[in-house]
Amino acid sequence: MTTTPKTPRSRLDPDPVPRRDWLGLASLWTTGAALLFGLAGMLKLPKAAVLASPSKKFRVALPETLPAGEPFLPPGRAVAIFKDAEGAYAISTICTHLGCVVKPHAEGFECPCHGSRFAASGEVAKGPAPRPLPWLKVSLSGGVVTVDEGTEVPHGTKVAS
Amino acid sequence: MTPVASGPEKKDALQEFKNSLKAAPRHVLETAFRTGPPTTDRTRSTFVFGNVFLHLHAVRTHLWSLRWSATMGLGIMSVSAFLIALVTGVMLMFYYKPFPDAAYLSMKDIHFVVPTGRLIRNLHRWSANVMVIAVILHMARTFYTAAYRRPREYNWLIGIGLLVVTLGLSFTGYLLPWDQLAYWAITIGANIAQSPREVTDALNLTEHFDPGGLQRLLLLGSDQVGEEALIRFYLLHVMILPLAIAALMAVHFWRIRKDGGLVRPADADEQLARQRRDETYPVFTEAPVKTYHLAAIVRGRTANVGRGPENTVPSMPHLFYAELGVLMVTLLVCLALSLLSDAPLKELANPNVPENPAKAPWYFLGLQEMVSFSAFIGGIGVPVIVLLGLALIPYLDRETEGTGKWFGGPGGWPLVRLSLAFGLAAPILLEAFAIRFGWLREWFPHIPQLIVTAINPATILTAVYALYSLWSIRRYQSVRAGALALFTCFLCGFVVLTVIGTYFRGPNWEFYWSPADWPKH
Ligand code: HEM
Ligand code: FES
Repeated sequence: MTTTPKTPRSRLDPDPVPRRDWLGLASLWTTGAALLFGLAGMLKLPKAAVLASPSKKFRVALPETLPAGEPFLPPGRAVAIFKDAEGAYAISTICTHLGCVVKPHAEGFECPCHGSRFAASGEVAKGPAPRPLPWLKVSLSGGVVTVDEGTEVPHGTKVAS
Repeated sequence: MTPVASGPEKKDALQEFKNSLKAAPRHVLETAFRTGPPTTDRTRSTFVFGNVFLHLHAVRTHLWSLRWSATMGLGIMSVSAFLIALVTGVMLMFYYKPFPDAAYLSMKDIHFVVPTGRLIRNLHRWSANVMVIAVILHMARTFYTAAYRRPREYNWLIGIGLLVVTLGLSFTGYLLPWDQLAYWAITIGANIAQSPREVTDALNLTEHFDPGGLQRLLLLGSDQVGEEALIRFYLLHVMILPLAIAALMAVHFWRIRKDGGLVRPADADEQLARQRRDETYPVFTEAPVKTYHLAAIVRGRTANVGRGPENTVPSMPHLFYAELGVLMVTLLVCLALSLLSDAPLKELANPNVPENPAKAPWYFLGLQEMVSFSAFIGGIGVPVIVLLGLALIPYLDRETEGTGKWFGGPGGWPLVRLSLAFGLAAPILLEAFAIRFGWLREWFPHIPQLIVTAINPATILTAVYALYSLWSIRRYQSVRAGALALFTCFLCGFVVLTVIGTYFRGPNWEFYWSPADWPKH
């Protein structure tokens, strides 16, 4: 069945589309749906479900002679571990600005990338870093600390063994 | 049984075979080009539209478009640099291994062991840089000649897409050597992708709504820069982005034809006539016997309606030889640069010790400069505003005065000159202030981050430029004047920030008058 035009058509006008072109409409809609599903699937794929990163927890023995307030930098980890009279604590050395590794110095930490400076407690003192350096969860047994880089704790949390 | 062929017939066939064999090379050429040598206007035309690559061009080109000042060859230079990068990039793929550490070693091999490896690598690096410069200058050319106006608005948009993909190609390539430079530039880049957290964190939203984290995860395929990230950047660099740029280029070129060739001033023909008063140019070597019937069904204004074709010449050879010339110049420039200066290769990536200073590729150093005030504003906020602003230009400026003329439109060159002065002065003063006196965080350590994000030299510069542009619109009663002011300011800001980031920032991103003053460490 085809529609009948209200106004007279010229010889050159295209034929109107038949209203119940089932095959045509079906192919159009199925193609559209398939593309949509395909796209959804393709967008899901690149979002990794399992992160192949090494364990966030690590154990390290603190040197006996670590002076209070001096950082101990375990090799291969972006963490500074401290020990004083109140206990041990760990501060992440990943800059909260754009992820460079900050360097401890006398009054705190400084970042080589865009000049952020942090106080010894991790508070921002200067530069573009939006947040303080996070304190990380630690536990102590004897001279060995376990640091969990995946878990933040409130600033000032120190653990005595 | 078929009768055995008689003597003389046999001889003829053999003779024919010999003749055909002798003529075969010529025949192959003839069938390839289909119409014989392009010596008449007719064969020159068929030479163009009988060839799948050439037929993106019109068969005839307006003399105005061939003038050096019309394009300065910058578009063709962009394509040429891309082609050089394409060829040398494929060569590099013979040896490159996209896996951490192995990638670095293979780059070392390419640089020090592979025959011609260093030259190919240098050419790849330099052509990428030349392409970025050419694309930016080409954008400036199309802007200042008001070439984005009707009917070319959409091609300007495609151009913006090309700009983004060009920068994307350069940036993804920067990671591949897996040296210190690469590793830390990508760390910073990925964290810029994550920087919407600066805002969501301040609003305590990150737990529920974290577009920044998602962007970073998609880019790196992991929560750190590692093998997943390298594979992703490799895939983007050698596959996805080249395909995207090729598709965009195809549309870009095709649109140039469909939009009636390159822009030219309304009085181009009169100007040309005045210049060549006593010179008569052979317009047709062979009078056309047919008109182009196709033209009857093409909608819209075409360039030649109401105008004679007097000032056009066959694209073959006039346009093509000019294009080849630009290609050769580009090649020469890249080659000279490659022989003079080697692409850098630092030490193997070390995730524990950042490069100091860690600098992005030069064309991102302006961004890095802004990022050193606020990650979100510098890395995402301002770039998005700039791209949106650029994309909107042809849809806001609906005027016609000055189309096709350099600095055409109300205001003209005097306005551009003023904008140059203003556009250069504003960022220099702002930077000088921030470098001398610091910024909010130093004065009020406990100020909420949102205030620093909202008020910093980058946002102030953007606002100042916008106000200046509004003032220009009012003063000249013209949107084009505002666009001229804003675009000029944008170029100036880009240059000033890039120069500061490149030459005046040293370790810890401190200001130094010269790298000679950097502390030794
Ligand atoms: C990979 C990047 C690009 C390539 C290879 C490219 C190539 C070209 C070429 C070959 C032309 C012919 C005229 C000429 O040579 O100047 C052209 C014209 C044009 N391009 Fe691009 N382009 C690129 C990026 C851009 C960008 C970033 C913009 C602006 C945002 C842009 C906007 C235009 C416009 C509006 C025209 C028409 C100019 C006229 O009619 O005079 N293109 N492009
Ligand atoms: S990454 Fe530390 S200041 Fe930018």
